[in-house]
Amino acid sequence: MSRTPLDTVEHATATPDVELPWAELGLKKDEYERVVEILGRRPTGAELAMYSVMWSEHCSYKSSKVHLRQFGEKAPQSDALLVGIGENAGVVDVGHGYAVTFKVESHNHPSYVEPYQGAATGVGGIVRDIIAMGARPVAVVDPLRFGAADHPDTKRVLPGVVAGIGGYGNCLGLPNIGGEVVFDSCYQGNPLVNAGAIGVMRHEDIHLAKASGAGNKVILYGARTGGDGIGGASILASETFDDAKPSKRPAVQVGDPFQEKLLIECTLEAFKEKLVVGIQDLGAAGLSCATSELASNGSGGMRVTLDDVPLRDSTLSPEEILMSESQERMCAVVEPDKVDRFLEICEKWDVIATVIGEVTDGDRLEIYWHGGKIVDVDPRTVAHDGPVYERPYARPSWQDELQADDANKLPRPETSEELKDQVLKLVASPNQASKAWITSQYDHFVQGNTVLAQPEDSGMIRVDEETGLGVAIATDGNGRYAKLDPYAGAQLALAEAYRNVATTGAKPLAVSDCLNFGSPEDPAVMWQFAEAVRGLADACQQLGTPVTGGNVSLYNQTGEVAIHPTPVVAVLGVIDDVARRTPVAFQEEGQLLYLLGDTHEEFGGSAWSQVIHDHLGGLPPQVDLERERLLAEILISASRDGMIDSAHDLSDGGLIQAVVESALLGGKGARLVVPDGLDAFTFLLSESAGRAVVAVPRSEEVRFNDMCGARGLPVTRIGVVDGDSVEVQGEFALSLDELRTAHEGTIPALLA
Amino acid sequence: MTARIGVVTFPGSLDDRDTQRAIRLAGAEPVALWHKDKDLKQVDAVVLPGGFSYGDYLRAGAISRFSPVMETVVEQAKAGLPVLGICNGFQVLTEAHLLPGAMLGNDHLHFICRDQKLRVENATTSWTSDYSEGQEIHIPLKNMDGRYVADQYTLDKLEAEGRVAFRYVDFNPNGSLNDIAGITNEAGNVVGLMPHPEHAVEPLVGTGRTDGLPFFTSILKKLVGA
Repeated sequence: MSRTPLDTVEHATATPDVELPWAELGLKKDEYERVVEILGRRPTGAELAMYSVMWSEHCSYKSSKVHLRQFGEKAPQSDALLVGIGENAGVVDVGHGYAVTFKVESHNHPSYVEPYQGAATGVGGIVRDIIAMGARPVAVVDPLRFGAADHPDTKRVLPGVVAGIGGYGNCLGLPNIGGEVVFDSCYQGNPLVNAGAIGVMRHEDIHLAKASGAGNKVILYGARTGGDGIGGASILASETFDDAKPSKRPAVQVGDPFQEKLLIECTLEAFKEKLVVGIQDLGAAGLSCATSELASNGSGGMRVTLDDVPLRDSTLSPEEILMSESQERMCAVVEPDKVDRFLEICEKWDVIATVIGEVTDGDRLEIYWHGGKIVDVDPRTVAHDGPVYERPYARPSWQDELQADDANKLPRPETSEELKDQVLKLVASPNQASKAWITSQYDHFVQGNTVLAQPEDSGMIRVDEETGLGVAIATDGNGRYAKLDPYAGAQLALAEAYRNVATTGAKPLAVSDCLNFGSPEDPAVMWQFAEAVRGLADACQQLGTPVTGGNVSLYNQTGEVAIHPTPVVAVLGVIDDVARRTPVAFQEEGQLLYLLGDTHEEFGGSAWSQVIHDHLGGLPPQVDLERERLLAEILISASRDGMIDSAHDLSDGGLIQAVVESALLGGKGARLVVPDGLDAFTFLLSESAGRAVVAVPRSEEVRFNDMCGARGLPVTRIGVVDGDSVEVQGEFALSLDELRTAHEGTIPALLA
Repeated sequence: MTARIGVVTFPGSLDDRDTQRAIRLAGAEPVALWHKDKDLKQVDAVVLPGGFSYGDYLRAGAISRFSPVMETVVEQAKAGLPVLGICNGFQVLTEAHLLPGAMLGNDHLHFICRDQKLRVENATTSWTSDYSEGQEIHIPLKNMDGRYVADQYTLDKLEAEGRVAFRYVDFNPNGSLNDIAGITNEAGNVVGLMPHPEHAVEPLVGTGRTDGLPFFTSILKKLVGA
């Protein structure tokens, strides 16, 4: 790769006509011309490398930016938000001087190419974002979506992804407390591997990615730089797959969780001694991103000597060094008199650390190689002033037809026996079945603060041992709903995550999202994206939960066929005392079961329509955000005041799915009565939103009913915790053994 | 005067802080020990915690056993210092030959994390005296390389001498020979096991049980006669 003579700025100026491989690096012609215009000359090879990765869809959000602005414009007033969109991750005040940072990202494309490393480095990347904010990572969550459960490629991708997440996260000592596993043939060839992480810090420990103070040193520390992941952001994450092209495996990074664990400990020790002025992790676009973003966010410029970067492969060219996405690296800005102490801490942890440059009082990012200046740019033009596209979008022609294909008109079970068979089939279907085979490969005990982990409605971590202060997180998304109506689908994803957090007793505070869509160059996909963003921004505004950051993953499609639009929403909540949390499992026989909320005939996009009829059509459940807010308030109050002993939100699979899960987890059955005004089928299987089922001790019955009545939440007594079967009076009974076999046997049979 | 119990941090140790918390909850004083430091700071007992020291890249525990701190631990363990090895710590103890046998990859080839039922087989060691023999307890298990193996002679000897301290009950999660979950040395001062008692010390977190606390109260009673 290395050219002779070295392609310095001087050389580029003198040789304006040299052809550069901008197309191979993923730049469009007009984008390349814009680079030439910005520089007033052709870029050097190194500059081209930087612009190409930083202006990629993955790094620049060029197709999504115009829509994402709504998250800021419509952001609700929130006292809790300490750091908002634009930093490595958002930061939320949770009280008692504690702050929590969290974020969800995608590692979809790499995980399809190389499932183990793709998923593993997805965990590594999101965890470095959390460290970069100054926090100790305390938990991870993994929302996953795969092709049909019985498809051969799912058997290739899923075990690798799960092993990669476990292999990396377990080795880091981070409990895996939540997430989802969804199967749908639309994700065949485009699995969605999203990864979320939470970190905890004191307010005064918040760090930002900026390089300020001329003379301060830029220290690169962590792993040596190798040839892995070159162009990962531009080539891999920002294009669709095409069988005709050569394998993209070299664009996937290789993870070393042990190195990352050392990186966590040594970074936190440096923070503790207040040695760090600014910090940035190296993820997508590697050094190109870290240097340009640090310089761009700071007050001055930056000078970097690339020869000082420790290499794993001495033959790497400067372009490759700038583009490499080798994992487990970070970049810190440190005052000169603190450099020695910083290096000492790195040495204690056996972490390689090297001063590679310094902050200057100019406004240029200058990079040198073998004595020649190979980069001389305004860092803002690399990091922030990338292209912005107003992609055309249009409601797809098939949308009306899809919505007219009403799932409520599908044939329903005609006898009790048929209803029973369908219920059993549903709880055993891959999407509704127990995911214990997967989650048991993740450590959820480490760090000793896990209060709730999957399959609970939200994961919950104790933050403070003295007071019992804790945080909860839930991630949800339903691509089927979003396909039927992307605006409502995004709102339903938020509503479900919000509800899940509240169901465990925590107050929802803030949102992160991972927006997974097809190609932005398809107007129909762009319409789905625009609608989903608009829906989510509107709903966040109404629920008072600001979006603090997140990630967009586009080009999730094979050929012309895009995945279902899949906005995945993470909601973070806070609970004053984790001792008051509400679990899913039934606790005691004799407790009364109440259904909170209204049940309508809503089967569009439902699990029933998928499992029984292989159907997707009609409209998703109605969204009523004020109802969601009221329901959440009731669930939180009931939890705080000890009025409920277990609770479960109702979502896909409807009421019967929730009751079966609570029964199996608690080892106690339930007797249900179909309420007046509802038929058994709708009662059990409708997916109306804004609902939960709770178990109330008899001593609390009056108080609980009074509270719901006073605040206007519909509440219906539907049965009692009892026996060793789930019985629907007048319809059927299924023994817990039978249910357990059905619910827990499916995934191991498919994958083990 | 309470007992001072050291917890070694190797690079890649994960449960060191959890173990310190468990020691504190039991009423003893946790003391952080560093792998590069031979000095045990005059502690009364040592715990080698769980984790992936050195990433388990060569073989679990194989590099940590050569760390400076282990020189002192081995020397003093032979002289009677109580030592508990949990998970990766157990692996280090076998690598250091303080306990016989070795740990291989789980027979199903997956990491496994579960609430595991165990039977206490030996309630006379420094770390198990607060249990009763035959008692069944639940302790979280989480590992990739938990399959205990030893040659037949060693197994027979362990069984004959009552040195199997814990056995898996109802379900053998990794293919360990004789369902062995943990063992002790002849003197009963060195104990190693794969499950994690430090994750079962509070009713609120982990599995919601406190079945692991007696490990830490056993040693405390032995040391201070409380």
